[in-house]
Amino acid sequence: MQFRVVRKPDVTQKQYTVIMLIAISLALLTSGIFILLLGLNPISVYISMVNGAFGSPYRIEQTIILAIPLVIISLGIAVAFKMKFWNIGAEGQVIMGAFCASYLALNYSYVPRPLLLLAMAVAGFLGGALWGLIPAFLKARWDTNETIVTLMLNYIALKWITYLQYGPWKDPNSLGFPKIANFTENAILPKFLGVHLGWVIAVILVVVMYIFMNHSKKGFEIAVLGESYNTARYAGVNIFRTILFAMLLSGGICGLAGMIQASGVAKTLNVDIAGGVGFTAIITAWLGGLKPPWIVLVSVLFAAMVQGGSFIQSAFGISAASASLIQAMILFFVLGSDFFTKYRVVINFERPALKKEA
Amino acid sequence: MKRLFTVVLVVLLSLALIAGCGQQAPAPEGPKDEPITVGFVYIGPPGDGGWTYAHDQGRKYLEQQLGDKVKTIYKENVPEDQESEKVMRDMIDQGAKIIFATSFGYMDHVANVAKEFPDVAFMHCSGYLLGENYGNYFGRIEEPRYLSGIVAGMKTKTNKIGYVAAYDIPEVVRGINAFTLGVRSVNPDAVVEVRWTNTWYDPAKEKEAAIALLDAGADVIAQHQDTAGPQVAAEERGAFSVGYNSDMAAMAPKAYMTAPVWNWGPYYVKQVQAVMDGTWKPEAYWGGMKDGIVDLAPLTANAPEGSQAAVDEAKAKILSGELQVFAGPIKDQSGTVRVPEGSVLSDQEQLEMKWFVEGVIGKIGQ
Repeated sequence: MQFRVVRKPDVTQKQYTVIMLIAISLALLTSGIFILLLGLNPISVYISMVNGAFGSPYRIEQTIILAIPLVIISLGIAVAFKMKFWNIGAEGQVIMGAFCASYLALNYSYVPRPLLLLAMAVAGFLGGALWGLIPAFLKARWDTNETIVTLMLNYIALKWITYLQYGPWKDPNSLGFPKIANFTENAILPKFLGVHLGWVIAVILVVVMYIFMNHSKKGFEIAVLGESYNTARYAGVNIFRTILFAMLLSGGICGLAGMIQASGVAKTLNVDIAGGVGFTAIITAWLGGLKPPWIVLVSVLFAAMVQGGSFIQSAFGISAASASLIQAMILFFVLGSDFFTKYRVVINFERPALKKEA
Repeated sequence: MKRLFTVVLVVLLSLALIAGCGQQAPAPEGPKDEPITVGFVYIGPPGDGGWTYAHDQGRKYLEQQLGDKVKTIYKENVPEDQESEKVMRDMIDQGAKIIFATSFGYMDHVANVAKEFPDVAFMHCSGYLLGENYGNYFGRIEEPRYLSGIVAGMKTKTNKIGYVAAYDIPEVVRGINAFTLGVRSVNPDAVVEVRWTNTWYDPAKEKEAAIALLDAGADVIAQHQDTAGPQVAAEERGAFSVGYNSDMAAMAPKAYMTAPVWNWGPYYVKQVQAVMDGTWKPEAYWGGMKDGIVDLAPLTANAPEGSQAAVDEAKAKILSGELQVFAGPIKDQSGTVRVPEGSVLSDQEQLEMKWFVEGVIGKIGQ
């Protein structure tokens, strides 16, 4: 017996739907067995998950708050991915953006609110952009592996914040507990319709990035470079500058997300400021096909899954680990099915027999 | 392609949503004879065998005592940052009328959320903020810690006791001091060496710290951590140990001698009952051994000979008020008298304690 993986010609929409439906059913079935093992009714747990994410205005707000960073960071990642520059460093870019914004928030709290917030947003963008420029420069100049470099820069950023939180930035009024001081009112993003202003920024960014990626010369150059290095060079694209520009934008958007998380959600800086959202956004960017409108949809669904997963913990007394496991299983099947939309597995039983038939 | 997938997802989810709305459980704000919902915010999992386990025992006791009149919800592994605010809001969304936040780092967040929800009662464990609808509660764990120090002081042969400690905040510093005073009340030559882990709940890191202390010559390990990691380290090295939070005998049968333990249940019942009766008022509660909120776990066969008698004697004095842990004379690490003979540290001074007594090896604030 022999297995072979064969690339599929383009799948039809019908096939795609079937594959996805199978994936989702399998996901619900498998986690259903797990939920049964916990002694609970899977149907009511699933209903409760949806209810926990969308069941009341408050829950919808919470889902949106979770979706905001996912949307913004996915947009940032999409710019780099479009160029086939594998920016795994969003987490670090978010952190460095939050760091730069926090520096202003903690030291210039006397500046009027709109001015301070604007300065923090610019600082956040620059922080993330500079952190993104490092791997871009190394790649453009010496063709280093950007996956490794961006990944490693995450840990440098994280440990930098740890150092600040446990060292020089530790709040002297916290009686020794390692936390950075809370922002004052001036440095906190105001709410608009129940949720901090970050959602307005996210909506604007979606529109801007959609236009940029589809209708601008720079956006087109990035896409061409992603498709083929030689075509881009032949067409007269300045490779060096395009890589740098794309990563400046990618890192900058992620840095802006960091500023929003620090100012709108945490209201301070701490080691959990990104909390893995920079990695999660890679999934949402990819599932959204790197297209801004679809990124929004996927991000909201993902946020709903997280919010619903959190809800069932207290509603059913499920442990945090079990809730994560259910989420992971759903994700595993949905992501895994992506493979079967591009490839199919051919199984050959006893090759001689096949020959005879032929 | 992706388009279709998302459309399918949306359809599925909205179907589920419709189903969800149709079969929605009764809303939390029902008639008056509905049970009162009580929320517990945990720093670790209830299975940690330590701090959170003790609180969860209290939660179960509450359910047992008040039966149908109460419904408890809890969330485990809640970090001490913005996430804790979301967890508290989620609990209120699910109908919680009183919330117990059980770790020091939740303090500012409790105050933030409490101001948003004036109708909900908040109690924060181990902090010091007090407001319109939020108070704090804790126990004088220093008393049983002092007693456990007696056991450790009598047990050590190398005259060096290792102490694995979480953060250099007053709560932990106070415990180390009380323990050291207990040690030196029976063994004036013994010293207590401190290792900071900067974590409440990290079994591997806490175990490592204990191993480092054992390598440095300690033969008894004590701890201010939420897990039994240090106990396991002592067990593996054939040393002896003093636990914390709850009876840890099962985790280290050959090492464990005793532990200062919490008994939160009766206090939770009292608070929830008060909220139900409408008589609840925020308070700064700090009960001691005589109130039953703290105690020393039974001594095991690993405890040294004669320690039971010594502990019993000191315990009787604590209960009668004759023995106060922070009564002078007490010297600090430099040998300066910080509490003169005949005086006792006030509660406020204890709550802000940021210095070590003589006999502690370690530093506060790096």
